[in-house]
Amino acid sequence: MREEKALVRVENLVKYFPITRGIVFQKQVGAVRAVDNISFEIREGETLGLVGESGCGKSTTGRAVLQLHKPTSGSVYYDDVDLVSADGGTMRDLRRDIQIIFQDPYASLNPRMTVGHIIEEPLEVHSIGTKKERRERVKELLALVNMNPYFINRYPHEFSGGQRQRIGVARALALQPKFIVCDEPISALDVSVQAQVVNLLEELQDKLGLTYLFIAHDLSMVRHISDRIAVMYLGKLVELTSRDELYSNTQHPYTKALISAVPVPDPVMERERERIILRGHVPSPANPPSGCRFHTRCSIVEDICKREEPKWREIKDDHWVACHLV
Amino acid sequence: MEDREVILDIQDLRTRFATNEGLVHAVNGISYQLHAGETLGIVGESGCGKSVSMLSVMRLLQVPPAKILADAIKFKGEDLMLIPRSEMRRVRGNEIAMIFQDPMTSLNPVLTVGFQIKEPLKLHMGLSDEDATERAAELLTLVEIPDAELRLNDYPHQFSGGMRQRAMVAIALACNPTLLIADEPTTALDVTIQAQLVDLVKQLQHELGMALIWITHDLGVVAGLAERVIVMYAGFVVEDALVDDLYGNPRHPYTAALLRSLPRMDGRSGEVLEVIEGLPPDLLDEPVGCPFAPRCSFVKDKCREQNPLLEEFAPQHNVACWIDINTGEFK
Repeated sequence: MREEKALVRVENLVKYFPITRGIVFQKQVGAVRAVDNISFEIREGETLGLVGESGCGKSTTGRAVLQLHKPTSGSVYYDDVDLVSADGGTMRDLRRDIQIIFQDPYASLNPRMTVGHIIEEPLEVHSIGTKKERRERVKELLALVNMNPYFINRYPHEFSGGQRQRIGVARALALQPKFIVCDEPISALDVSVQAQVVNLLEELQDKLGLTYLFIAHDLSMVRHISDRIAVMYLGKLVELTSRDELYSNTQHPYTKALISAVPVPDPVMERERERIILRGHVPSPANPPSGCRFHTRCSIVEDICKREEPKWREIKDDHWVACHLV
Repeated sequence: MEDREVILDIQDLRTRFATNEGLVHAVNGISYQLHAGETLGIVGESGCGKSVSMLSVMRLLQVPPAKILADAIKFKGEDLMLIPRSEMRRVRGNEIAMIFQDPMTSLNPVLTVGFQIKEPLKLHMGLSDEDATERAAELLTLVEIPDAELRLNDYPHQFSGGMRQRAMVAIALACNPTLLIADEPTTALDVTIQAQLVDLVKQLQHELGMALIWITHDLGVVAGLAERVIVMYAGFVVEDALVDDLYGNPRHPYTAALLRSLPRMDGRSGEVLEVIEGLPPDLLDEPVGCPFAPRCSFVKDKCREQNPLLEEFAPQHNVACWIDINTGEFK
């Protein structure tokens, strides 16, 4: 097994969103447990895929790692600095190293700003270079994401979804970050364009030595891009291991069901393979089931699953699972 | 060949939209037939005309700005182009039913689910309120919603996304349609819920024997569901084949490239995905030549000038391309 340094280490991360009642006298009546005590690390130069269904807390995790949501408790170490307790000045400097690419390329670019201005803004905020140097850098960045530098004065609405996502990538790269959270960067794109963006992200990783946290619900694309994959269910990690191990030696029943639910673009395989169809739907994270959170939909559930929460343990080298029955 | 009865026969359907920027060529002359009980998948990217073609058939488009032209759209022998708009109501929701993409916006939020299921029953079948309630409860049970009788009184916001889509299926099935059109019904749903819905629709189709048109951009869903697949691009049908032929032996460069651009869940991984360079054509431009020519790796001069017609390549396998993609030469 390769022993690489962990660039990002997440320990016991918790993020609850309060549910309040009343308008003037607000009273907290509960909490949405979006992320509930998860730990993992991201190694330098790797892509960690984070998958799960909507509402499982994967995007919240990504944002809590970057401190875009202040975690309720827990720590996020980046290069051995705890981001949760870091002061404003330190955090501001560190933000150069950690960036994000958002899901919706239509909502994440300001329609009133030119492409040049959008990509230049991070440079401006961190007072890097003169106006002229920054402009040159923007052109370089556009070329880096395979776009014509001549587009610098255009507005986002003049571009297609795939091109906009490239602009989002260029903006994220402006400060030469080391770590990028990709929050469902291809979900909003058409099939034939998804491959373009994924190839670009991979090419940039090779060229610039980037580390990615790649959040998605599309397992087939995650499998393609990731070195290791973490599976999340209702605020908890249920399984984390290398890509090949996850598919060849699946342990958690939820992971099995998730992999089986993804349709394969091959009619012969579709007819022959066994599918696990989960019954019911995902319970509310405001009121998660007792014990193992998956027990309400699990096909192999036993008594212990309803009573006790399974431990997050390493069942073999670099293969983590939270299930009583493996 | 097919010995089942042809229930839907679309001949040269063209749909245009008049906009401030100009005329949008959404559907540019598509023709195909659908047989009783058949499952047809229509695949394509956004803007390829797959939904608009179905909305044209159902006449659910506002005219103007839309303009629907066709030689004929025959449903069970009756030309839908010739009957007045008011008469279309007799067919719509009755003989042809439709499920839409977004279950949140296609159900009325201020009416109970029960009311919405009963509406077509009363309208088309003339059932009394009592009978309709009974039938509505049966339908909800059919789509596997527990405690159906109680849930009839719920409003759509009390249902989860998957349940709303099941309720939509129940409404669509209310009058035993001959044809069910599903317009990306699973796009807004999670994969595990998608698997449930696909399974349910398959099973219901098997039980009730209706024909099904499933519109999607997901080549995976279609592989497990359809008997026959139509691939659309920029308002044209570029390939029409039985599902095994389409995936096993794609003959149009677009279909082939699209299949190669998908990451596979089985085996191979880690390699660079094949990319279709460029973008689909702007539908504001009058289509000239093959619509895929600017992005095609086999392109020749003729492709840019003349649009190939959909022609039979093998029995039940039609392709619109000048080139044989195995040799890269003209057919």
